[in-house]
Amino acid sequence: MSSADAADVFHLDGHDVPFTTGETVLAATSRAGRYIPHLCWHPDFAPHGSCRVCTVRVGARLVPACTLPAATGLVVESDTAELRHLRLRLLQLLFVEGNHFCPSCEKSGDCQLQATAYAVDMTGPHFEEFYPARPVDASHPDILLDLNRCILCSLCVRASREVDGKSVFALGGHGIDTHLLIDSPSGRLVDTDFAPTDRAASICPVGVILPKRRGFAVPIGERRFDQQPISAAEEGDP
Amino acid sequence: MTDLAGAPASDALPAGLRRVAIDPLSRVEGHGKVTLLVDEHNRVRQARLHIVEFRGFEKFIEGRPYWEVPVMVQRLCGICPVSHHLAASKALDHVVGAVPVTRSATLLRRLMHYGQVLQSHATHFFHLASPDLLFGFDSEVSRRNLMAVAETCPDVARQGVLLRKFGQEVIRATAGKRVHGTGSVPGGMNRHLSREDRALLHEGLPVMIDWAEEAVDLIARLHAEQPGLYTRFASVRSNLLSLVGMDGSLELYDGVIRARDATGRILLDGLSDQACLELLEEEVKPWTYLKFPYLKSLGPEQGWYRVGPLARIQNCDFIASARAEARRQAFLALGQGEPVHASLAYHWARMIELLHCLEMIAVLLADPALLAGDLMTAGERQRAGTGVIEAPRGTLIHHYEVGDDDLVTRCNLIVSTTHNNRAMNEAVCAVAREYLDGQTLTDGLLNHIEVAIRAYDPCLSCATHALGRMPLELTLVGPGGAVLDRLRRSAEGRIERPHAAPEAETAR
Repeated sequence: MSSADAADVFHLDGHDVPFTTGETVLAATSRAGRYIPHLCWHPDFAPHGSCRVCTVRVGARLVPACTLPAATGLVVESDTAELRHLRLRLLQLLFVEGNHFCPSCEKSGDCQLQATAYAVDMTGPHFEEFYPARPVDASHPDILLDLNRCILCSLCVRASREVDGKSVFALGGHGIDTHLLIDSPSGRLVDTDFAPTDRAASICPVGVILPKRRGFAVPIGERRFDQQPISAAEEGDP
Repeated sequence: MTDLAGAPASDALPAGLRRVAIDPLSRVEGHGKVTLLVDEHNRVRQARLHIVEFRGFEKFIEGRPYWEVPVMVQRLCGICPVSHHLAASKALDHVVGAVPVTRSATLLRRLMHYGQVLQSHATHFFHLASPDLLFGFDSEVSRRNLMAVAETCPDVARQGVLLRKFGQEVIRATAGKRVHGTGSVPGGMNRHLSREDRALLHEGLPVMIDWAEEAVDLIARLHAEQPGLYTRFASVRSNLLSLVGMDGSLELYDGVIRARDATGRILLDGLSDQACLELLEEEVKPWTYLKFPYLKSLGPEQGWYRVGPLARIQNCDFIASARAEARRQAFLALGQGEPVHASLAYHWARMIELLHCLEMIAVLLADPALLAGDLMTAGERQRAGTGVIEAPRGTLIHHYEVGDDDLVTRCNLIVSTTHNNRAMNEAVCAVAREYLDGQTLTDGLLNHIEVAIRAYDPCLSCATHALGRMPLELTLVGPGGAVLDRLRRSAEGRIERPHAAPEAETAR
């Protein structure tokens, strides 16, 4: 970074991070190989700014790095005790709002939520679990939807709409009742034109949208985040 | 549960009987509570082992995708998760039409399960039972733990710890983790054994086999030193049920069902494990969550049976590994032509199986199919499957029905401790009849009842591991329901006799 032109870098925790015009702080940070924890952001899609896990401090302001335009000379704090604690609490809230049972979840080891929780040293839920009653939609012959694990990142919504051109998914409801909707008369996945080859079928960062009958085919120890922590893993689909 | 001859086997508290409750048990997996019902002559008329925990595992597996089940269901237990992992896999092999699975998958699963039985047997004998057996049933509570064994018999404790560790390493090498791995999947396995792990296990085997032989010697010597106690204590005649190999050999992973009566006569043999549930009926009692299975053909009073090491090594015709078979022959001599029924003989049988596991691990490690070869099989999809395996504590049955949408619609688990429910009640009754003296409760009685139950290695909640630090309470209730006496052992091992305030108790 030290060789970068001073005109197109910002400062992240004392490091210079180069950026291109129009890039956000999170996009530039990720491209530079540095890590700011995040869940609803994906390099292939426009920022959503909903999970708030990528919150950074710029002067007196706390802002999501995924929506913050990079600017020359910007001083960004991310790896601080304050922000680590904030992210920890956000993640704990996400865990208790859904039903996340890592021990028997086939996404364990490949799950961005689990890996991010490890990255912020989360060791327990802290808050009382909600244990919401959420459905499992197994109607599709090739894809399982387990909504117990949904964190409302909307990546499937964006992928289906922007890449697949189908709009199979949408977020409905308000506040704590916000939930993922399936756009079909029955509300079931089998009654949509969703296909296993859709971009939305492989975008879910947690264990909601899963190919059927694969399960634990990949052994423990050989999964994506078994190999290296999420802070060192490459960005992309889980 | 158990009545004196001629007494009615009622589930309600019979008129005129007092209730003695022991709550809870220590050094068994989970929590238990014992009630003794005695009449006006202080004779023990019934013994009831209450299992008061309810886990609901079968219900919350329903609605889950079938491929998740072998991993989810092993959370039933931290001691024998592999047995649940494999029983579920075997049941779901039928659902995915993968019967048989490939040779490599079969051998890897067998290896994993020998590691499991080895680990569990070592844990039970050395960590849980050896303090009772080495120091005596009435020895000081604070000394009845593995640390005291380590002080007094350091070699025994060390060997126990390392035998257990070796079993855990076998599990790690095949399942990916020492506890709650994911190696087995419906239709096969997801990993081979690495060459590094094979070398590691191979290197450790010879000394483990030597130590296993010493363990068999130790328990045989204890029997020889006190033959009266070991033969008589909590002895209960029963039918015996287990899997055996197609050739009649001792079988822990896959086989056919055989049952013998108390004299050793074969009651049924060669039955497919898929027909297992048709053979059994389960009786429900209002005072416990644990059901009472029995052979349907014989009814609840004649058809109850024991499972586990004592049943297995006497139900089979032979053990396929030489050292264990030689030890089995010495064990069988104890019965003089009939099966051995002493509850404490479970420990001896358990150590013979521990030796067998190590011998079989040695055989398996020499097979190149562990390192390479197809791991998965697929076939025509079925709606249901049953998986039967010999878990450390006995026959374990998993049955699943799966819908067209791949979700489990029904789950039925009959675990080893359930099979032994009636036998444990009978054993407690036998001990209480011998050691309950008048209306005075003693910690000796409490200790002896625990030793009898522990011989069956019950896994009551499959969750806790108390190591003798749990509080115990023994209560004597008169015919009118008043508490006449109470004895309490605190978590620190202190014996207290709190004031027995008159109070009415509802019989359960």
